[in-house]
Amino acid sequence: MDSENLTRVLFVGVVLLTVGITFWASRQNSGTANFYAGGRSFSGFQNGMAISGDYMSAASFLGISGAIALSGYDGFLYSIGFLVAWLVALLLVAELLRNSGKYTMADQLAFRMRQRPVRTAASTSTVVVSIFYLLAQMVGAGALVSLLLGVSGDAAKNLTIVAVGLLMIFYVVVGGMKGTTWVQIVKAVLLMSGTILITVLVLAKFNFNISDLLGSAAANTGKGEAFLQPGLKYGATTTSKIDFISLALALVLGTAGLPHILIRFYTVPTAKTARTSVMWAIGLIGAFYLMTLALGFGAAALLDTGPESAVATSGGNLASPLLAEAVGGGAGSTGGAILLALISAVAFATILAVVAGLTLTSASSVAHDLYATVVKKGEVTEQDEVKVARISAFVIGGVAIALSIPAQKVNIAFLVALAFAVAASANLPSLLYNLFWRGFNTRGAVWAIYGGLISAVGLVFFSPTVSGSPTAMFADHDWQWFPLSNPGIISIPLGFLLGYLGSVTSKEPNAEEKFVELEVRALTGAGSEKALVH
Amino acid sequence: MTTTDTGPANRHDPVYDEIFDSSEFMDLRRRYQRFVFPASALFFGWYLLYVLASNYAHDFMSHKLVGNINVALVFGLLQFVTTFLIAYLYARYSNTHIDPVARELEKKYDDRLTGGA
Repeated sequence: MDSENLTRVLFVGVVLLTVGITFWASRQNSGTANFYAGGRSFSGFQNGMAISGDYMSAASFLGISGAIALSGYDGFLYSIGFLVAWLVALLLVAELLRNSGKYTMADQLAFRMRQRPVRTAASTSTVVVSIFYLLAQMVGAGALVSLLLGVSGDAAKNLTIVAVGLLMIFYVVVGGMKGTTWVQIVKAVLLMSGTILITVLVLAKFNFNISDLLGSAAANTGKGEAFLQPGLKYGATTTSKIDFISLALALVLGTAGLPHILIRFYTVPTAKTARTSVMWAIGLIGAFYLMTLALGFGAAALLDTGPESAVATSGGNLASPLLAEAVGGGAGSTGGAILLALISAVAFATILAVVAGLTLTSASSVAHDLYATVVKKGEVTEQDEVKVARISAFVIGGVAIALSIPAQKVNIAFLVALAFAVAASANLPSLLYNLFWRGFNTRGAVWAIYGGLISAVGLVFFSPTVSGSPTAMFADHDWQWFPLSNPGIISIPLGFLLGYLGSVTSKEPNAEEKFVELEVRALTGAGSEKALVH
Repeated sequence: MTTTDTGPANRHDPVYDEIFDSSEFMDLRRRYQRFVFPASALFFGWYLLYVLASNYAHDFMSHKLVGNINVALVFGLLQFVTTFLIAYLYARYSNTHIDPVARELEKKYDDRLTGGA
């Protein structure tokens, strides 16, 4: 059996496995607490695995190793930023959110505010962040599948995107949070196993001597010492250095504002289990990012990464799968074919688990925040709300499919970095103010969310990634005036500033008074949502 | 405790004011903030130092320590070490200094709700 057929078999295997899990999980899926929060009955370890499965996206698995393979040490920043960011979630957000929220990010943000404006704003930013993130995953899936299965042409890519979209709708509609969580847990196991296997094989090639691995990478790429030093990608000009700082800020501050990560904290029974789950997640994600270092430098050392190579023309996205083939014995060998197929299937499972989490997050927010609260003013039954959530999953899945097809020329890492920048600018300021500042109120929340959201997306629109440069999405046009690709250095402080200004220019005694309840609940768990007993 | 989910936030149960004003709660808040605020400042500053050194201290970062392993790689790996360390210390601190106080206060709240009022 050749590699492509084996890949097909394994892809079908991944699909059957996840579909089976979803049916199995769908047995207990009535009511909002089950659909949105999996009954809040997952253990810390299970949720830690699921968080890892939700977080380690195609951008992490394919993107980081590719970035290191192509630009050396500078690609390492992603690993570091994505990991250190978890301390924000652990120390300042996870437990307090578990105690004071219910199903969505907006539940927490609107806790002591006027419901309709704050929920509308929070839901808008939830959907925007999730859609950008979804696009990145689906575009990645299209590129990956068409390259690995050796089918070329737009039709195959479009078909893949539609298939991934239909699968994610299925996971969410049938499995709810419980099904989605188990898909993420299984994916985390597959991803960690596959990554450990390839890492060990790569290191074995260099007799477990890291220095030799680095030396070979520097020599093989022809870039020499500079490949192992900072600055190859971002060190050229003052502007690129500021861009690097801007990216670093978005990475470290974005994670704790990602709605699909935040709602995972609601799936455990107590704040203490929320903490345990983040501890597990930090361990697993940290171990994984250390291994991406070996994969990235390994790809640089063992593969052709020249401008015409498959690694370079895929923007680095094929570095890991091709590295697997190389350490398995090379192209044409049985070992190479098996490992290539295996790692491709792992990447596919990775994408499926992440898109399911994102679709669930958006659908929950549309149903719970916009439909139940803003439109129906709370006069809605649980059955009705869950039905709307399922319908929303169809609509959001459809929108994601429709947007992904024309977005295929867009760089995946760019879309993910944008999602992080929006999360850090629009969501994190409000979350932190709401938890720690009594004077924060409705106007502050609305200004911070819309201000951060509009400035982050707007600055990117006028950046060289969208127009006015040879690598831009619209290379033939030029409306660019903002010099950086990453908006975070402006939009994150702006989000905090607007949250402050909005709050001090308005009086809302109710919001200040209810801070008492919020803080007591957040710190003690008094009155927090309890787990369902089955 | 019913909430209509619209309009301004509802007046909350007075038991929250009681807990909020208690010395145990102030103690809990102090214990929590005493750890997380300095720890957050520390890891954020340490991370920024890494980012700025990558940008502006090229010679220092490029200095080779052993074989092809340079300061930049070790500095980056140290970010992993400090992240694991801070997470571990926070979990240990919470287990001994925060959780017991929080459980007490939650019990006080539960007793108050079930014991009448």
